[in-house]
Amino acid sequence: MSESLALALQLITQADTQLLGIVSLSLRVSLTACVLGALLGLLAGAWLAVARFPGHGLLVWLVNTLLALPAVVVGLLVYLLLSRSGPLGSWGLLFTPTAMVFAQAILVLPLIAALSRRLVHDSLAQGGYQLRSLGAGALTAALLMLLHERLAVVTVLLTAFGRAIAEVGAVMIVGGNIAGVTRVMTTTIALETSKGDLPLALALGAVLLGVVGLINAAIALLPTREPAMSEAMA
Amino acid sequence: MNAPEAHVAQVARVAMAVAAAPPAPPLISLHAAGMNFGHTVALSGIDLTLRRGQRLALIGPNGSGKTTLLRLLHGVLESSSGERSVSTLQPEGRAPRMAMLFQRPFLLNLSVRRNLLLALWLAGVPSAERRARTDQALRRIGLADLALRPATTLSGGQQQRLALARAWSLQPDILLLDEPTASLDPGAKAEVEQAIEDLGRDGITVVMSTHNLGQAKRLATHVACLVDGRLAALAATDDFFSQALPPAAAAFIRGENPWI
Repeated sequence: MSESLALALQLITQADTQLLGIVSLSLRVSLTACVLGALLGLLAGAWLAVARFPGHGLLVWLVNTLLALPAVVVGLLVYLLLSRSGPLGSWGLLFTPTAMVFAQAILVLPLIAALSRRLVHDSLAQGGYQLRSLGAGALTAALLMLLHERLAVVTVLLTAFGRAIAEVGAVMIVGGNIAGVTRVMTTTIALETSKGDLPLALALGAVLLGVVGLINAAIALLPTREPAMSEAMA
Repeated sequence: MNAPEAHVAQVARVAMAVAAAPPAPPLISLHAAGMNFGHTVALSGIDLTLRRGQRLALIGPNGSGKTTLLRLLHGVLESSSGERSVSTLQPEGRAPRMAMLFQRPFLLNLSVRRNLLLALWLAGVPSAERRARTDQALRRIGLADLALRPATTLSGGQQQRLALARAWSLQPDILLLDEPTASLDPGAKAEVEQAIEDLGRDGITVVMSTHNLGQAKRLATHVACLVDGRLAALAATDDFFSQALPPAAAAFIRGENPWI
């Protein structure tokens, strides 16, 4: 065990090419998926916080339920969509990083939408009337609340990123864990552990934790900065 | 004459006394306006005409409907019954602009300056004008030195003044104030009162709810008393505090709490 740990440390300190490639692909896939999920999820969350229509309660319930959406189920659904006989089979995306981005974006979308809906809903209870009295429409008021609660929004996005980068089921199914093409940190850890190659698995585990730790540290520096978005209003 | 009829007659006499002076043009009129929240009746049978240049103080016990009436006058709330009509300003020939100040102002987690810029953006003010109007409002309300401070770190009095600056920057014809000095210390209260008085002198029509009868006397040209969601009395300020009022309004002025 201690020998494996020492080898893992060596892989990290010597910036092993294979290790860096895997880490780089993991970050690219999960960050892209989170950006996509954030664009759609924040908008959906803000809209769900103010929209009123028949079936609204049911939709909110569904989004909340999807918080517990298993990654393997998402992987299966995306696989069915992208497989050669599926509706999007002609796009030829199965077993590519794009398919992995697609799957992870679907995985984090309900998480971002549900948590941001709650955030906006609670903020509107405090200041919604006042923003409306200033002339803001319902959706504008909801989007302004995302700006108002931007630190909480960043925490939501960090949670989503954590979920995306740590999941293994969806990327394994739609990516196929092809070395040098779709092999990411979690799928490599699973594979190398089953092969008994613990150093690489341990090194990747350490990097995975380190990445999340670094993002947390960056977020801690955020409160002193004003959002650039409000510049547009100046 | 039974009690309700006597009450109506007394309110009518007081209202006639108000009407005796040559009336300024009406801005907002409520006719038999009522507001229900579920089974709770917040307002009932409100007849009120707000005239240009008036400074109307709304007084009444907690839960008497003052905030609901302010929101109804603003239009941010639609009445459950009755009518609300807004007249065109003369000679300007446009609808009056309205701004509302709430008891606990909601300020976005941005700088003082950006809160003002954002309000002007929401009001559709052209970008070229926003900076000038923001700077003007900050100087007018005495917050220019705090322009870059995060709004949420200001004291209660400063936050209320910022909310006033925000309302004033919108160049309203009607300013609706919901207990603007509640929960402020005496110094902050005096600052906000001074700002309101200055705005009134600029010719802005002001409607203000308050529990402070002294404040109503100092700042208002007219006083209306709400009790249990009904308009119990309405009169010019001097008359209101010197002449006989309907029983419900008189009991409130005497400090007899209706729930005891």
